[in-house]
Amino acid sequence: MGRTLARLPVGRVIGWLVLLTLVVITVLPFYVMLKTALSGPGTIFQQARSLLPLEATTVHFERVLGLLTPEEVRAAGGTGALVEFPRALRNTVFFTLTVVLGQVFFSAMAAYAFARLRFPGREVLFYAYLSALMIPHIVLFIPNFILIRDLGWLNTFQGMIAPFVLMTPFAVFFLRQFFLGIPVSLEEAAKLDGCSPFGTFWRIILPTSRTPLVTLGILTSIQAWNEFFWPFIVAREADVRVLTVALQSFQTSSAYGMPDWAGLMAATFLSIVPIFVLLIVLGRQVIASLQFSGLK
Amino acid sequence: MTQGHPPASSHVATGLRRVGRRALSAEAVTAYLFILPSLIGFTVFYGYPAVRAVVISFTEWSLLRAPRPIGLENYERLLTDPLFWNAMKVTGLYVLYNIPVQTIIGLFMAVAMHRLTQSLAIRGVLVLPYLVSNVVVGLAFLWVLDPLLGTFNVILGWFGVPRQPFLGSPEQALVSIAGINIWRHMGFTALLFYAGLQAIPKELYEAGTIDGAGEWRLFRHISLPLLRPVMVFVLVTSVIGSFQIFDTIAVTTQGGPANATRAIVWYIYENAFQFFRMGYASALSVVLFLVLITVTILQMRFLQGSRSEME
Repeated sequence: MGRTLARLPVGRVIGWLVLLTLVVITVLPFYVMLKTALSGPGTIFQQARSLLPLEATTVHFERVLGLLTPEEVRAAGGTGALVEFPRALRNTVFFTLTVVLGQVFFSAMAAYAFARLRFPGREVLFYAYLSALMIPHIVLFIPNFILIRDLGWLNTFQGMIAPFVLMTPFAVFFLRQFFLGIPVSLEEAAKLDGCSPFGTFWRIILPTSRTPLVTLGILTSIQAWNEFFWPFIVAREADVRVLTVALQSFQTSSAYGMPDWAGLMAATFLSIVPIFVLLIVLGRQVIASLQFSGLK
Repeated sequence: MTQGHPPASSHVATGLRRVGRRALSAEAVTAYLFILPSLIGFTVFYGYPAVRAVVISFTEWSLLRAPRPIGLENYERLLTDPLFWNAMKVTGLYVLYNIPVQTIIGLFMAVAMHRLTQSLAIRGVLVLPYLVSNVVVGLAFLWVLDPLLGTFNVILGWFGVPRQPFLGSPEQALVSIAGINIWRHMGFTALLFYAGLQAIPKELYEAGTIDGAGEWRLFRHISLPLLRPVMVFVLVTSVIGSFQIFDTIAVTTQGGPANATRAIVWYIYENAFQFFRMGYASALSVVLFLVLITVTILQMRFLQGSRSEME
């Protein structure tokens, strides 16, 4: 026994121990979230010192999803604030889908023109797009808020989606890099076959770029799903607000007395289930996408 | 950054450009159609507001009546506004607490993974906090750091440490927020360093090991110097991001207690969207932009300046 230990390189063992400690530290808050959400009503004070949920139950998940009657909700320690959860979830799904489809498609069109077509002003425009990456969001959010307000779009989906749906500088830049790498011969063949420019884009460029499009789609979905600042400014009313804004408001609205921690943790946990699913199903691609996002 | 040069390609295009002197070529018209949606998005939500922010900063505007031009008054006022200086101090401290720890832990994680394991699962777990929203992270930590019932205080109790107020105390709130964001970003930082390490040829490490170099020397003389471009990228982008801390503050402390976490973007937000001082808030945001540009240039110069010393 002592011999095997002696033969183990000390450095590697310490490396593994620290790495695994960091893994535990990373997982712990998620575990606490789940444990709290599964704890039985009225156990909130005792559960703090317990490793496992006390009187484990799914009642908090059920009430957050709107599956229980108001009486049952009150019996489970709910305040009624979280009844907004299902609607906020639908709003987030709608917001994310619209932003991802619009942004990826329109940015791809622009990226194709920047990569392949010649037109006066191309360089200037491209640098203008790039330089926009350096402006802090808050600088743009103030005039954008005023614009959305003047259009009468406060607390509407259009207002929430508008700044993201047509382009982001990153999306254009990212796709242009890939399109530059596609062999020109493919397009020339299509042109000889009488393909229109849009036909070439639709039938040649998009299908050959499936990987970068999926990569960008993943990055954009995560960003849209998690977007907080802009919706927080322009769309705070209950019927349009997205999950992040709703969760923030549940927190601040419970300033009196104790927050409904079990319900809040159930809602928070549910809101990240799609991210878990994405990571489990597309793990390799998600991680590759993130490593790539480092290139921006 | 990549240059925007077109791929050196066909003579056909040069010919087209010559034709295009008289009228726009068919190709150019097509190109404009392709760009149109993104150009509308860019002009309306990036280009125009960037200019408008500066214009608004020279006015007093509560949105109730027309903006009143006041020249440089907002900028003069800002210089004597104790809350602005407080915000700059809070933000600077936050960046100082956040960046070094996050970068060092991230670097350690990356090197450990690089030398010990290729495991995709470990990378997936470590990057998870970065994939969930700041709001989720903020709420989770509001609970984990709860003064009465939070898990963190329970763990401290095992070691005989008394309960800490964390986010509830002026002394600990900013450090707590920095800790939360270190937790959220360390795995992502590690992922970027890890990608950089994988690009380094394995032979270098093999040669180093044959020469009898230990892990520390391999790190000091191979990994660290060759990671320089990634390091510059990580530091520049994470400092820019860190200066703009907002979401976590909105969920946890909202600037309090006693101004302890009133960082610059939160202060701008309050001025614009709680007090409706659009002019003053815009002036503050323009100043933030200038500060960020200065910090970025200084960083670039410093990080490149120390190159000769590293090699």
